[in-house]
Amino acid sequence: MFRQPEKLKDSYEVVIIGGGGHGLAAAYYLARDHGIRDVAVLEKGYIGGGNTGRNTTIIRSNYLTAEGVRFYDESVRLWQDLAQDFDLNLFYSTRGHFTLAHTDAAMRTSRWRAEVNKHLGIASEVVDAAQVKRMIPMIDLSCGGHAPIVGALYHGPGAIARHDAVAWGYGRGADRRGVEIHQNTEVTGIDLRDGAVAGVQTPRGPVRTRKLLCAVAGSTPRILAMIGLRCPIYIHPLQAMVSEPLKPWLDPIIVSGSLHVYVSQSARGELVMGASLDPYELHSTRSTLDFAESLSSHMLDLFPFLSEVKINRQWAGMADITPDFAPIMGTTPCEGFFLDAGWGTWGFKATPVCGKTMSHTVASGIDHPLITGFAWSRFARFELTGEKGAASVGH
Amino acid sequence: MSEFTYGGEVRTMPDPDACSDAEWTDYVFNRASVPAVKREWWCHIASGYWFIVDRDTASDEIVATHGVDVLLAGDAK
Repeated sequence: MFRQPEKLKDSYEVVIIGGGGHGLAAAYYLARDHGIRDVAVLEKGYIGGGNTGRNTTIIRSNYLTAEGVRFYDESVRLWQDLAQDFDLNLFYSTRGHFTLAHTDAAMRTSRWRAEVNKHLGIASEVVDAAQVKRMIPMIDLSCGGHAPIVGALYHGPGAIARHDAVAWGYGRGADRRGVEIHQNTEVTGIDLRDGAVAGVQTPRGPVRTRKLLCAVAGSTPRILAMIGLRCPIYIHPLQAMVSEPLKPWLDPIIVSGSLHVYVSQSARGELVMGASLDPYELHSTRSTLDFAESLSSHMLDLFPFLSEVKINRQWAGMADITPDFAPIMGTTPCEGFFLDAGWGTWGFKATPVCGKTMSHTVASGIDHPLITGFAWSRFARFELTGEKGAASVGH
Repeated sequence: MSEFTYGGEVRTMPDPDACSDAEWTDYVFNRASVPAVKREWWCHIASGYWFIVDRDTASDEIVATHGVDVLLAGDAK
């Protein structure tokens, strides 16, 4: 799929830590749009092996703040022609996305989100329970009697895609333009000179660079500690699981905040399911029976006919969680150090637009206009972004 | 884990009248989030008892538990 360079060069114009979707997308757009091809992507494992390959692949833009909606909508637009761009099938599949409301309070939030979305030109509407049933005939609207569905927020452009292919596509596109991708290459230290980035240390030797992009969901605090920065990020595991393959029966993507469920059916027929974050800080990708049991029980509230279906696989990723559920992107107090972090549970959908905006920021040294709401400095100004539409569950 | 709930890491509040804006911002937002053995608040829900746990945030191993008096003894970070 791409070259595996044997040796690291002594220096690169730009070094990117993290060979996930975000890091590879930034490398791709640096090479394609900004003509910066002297770039190394350093990945401690294999590409797409972190949260890029662990998420539940949902793409949507029906967020709650103007900053969020504009940003994710640009991402949805970029997604749609990526497969052409890469000459690679991403299995991008527009399904429609329901956020179920089980209470009057949730309906009020749905209306709020729909109005913000429509004002910004996003297809988003509130539907009643009868329409939910028409579009998802297998659903039990009463949810076993304890959380009856009142209505939903419906977002037509909601989509899913094959997540590994996104990393491969960006990786191959970057590689063809001269970017070097070094797997099994962990950054173990960052060299500073007069407070500015001078290079990185790796087990394969030191590398000089004056521009360093950190795109390492789940390891962000560890990288920042290398340059002496503290950050407002906690790491929590986010778990997910898939069922055995079934005949196609579920077209749309379904989210229920009250039941802590999101689910879609993949092109292979598996039900891809997730829930909320694990409730306390942990730097681990372990799975728990607790999670599989409670998610299965809530799935059965929605779809009782699945009671005989087996769970095939379960896994977890480590998520960067910020206090306002918005990412932290752009320039930092350390010159030459650029950050793409705080992506919590919602980073996959933003992969293309993060690549676009971070490549611009790294090339010019100035934050791209779409990411100024996500600046590192917002905390010191006490101007949080408050993206309550971010995590699809738990609000 | 439903019997216990997490209350966050034990942190010492700087004197809001005496500290700088930067110190206050650091206290409000920034966290020690590199994996390590950390001192945390936990609550036993059934009895409403708050206590202190030294937990390894990489392995999830509980190293020690204490009553809150351990904080008053000047052992708090």
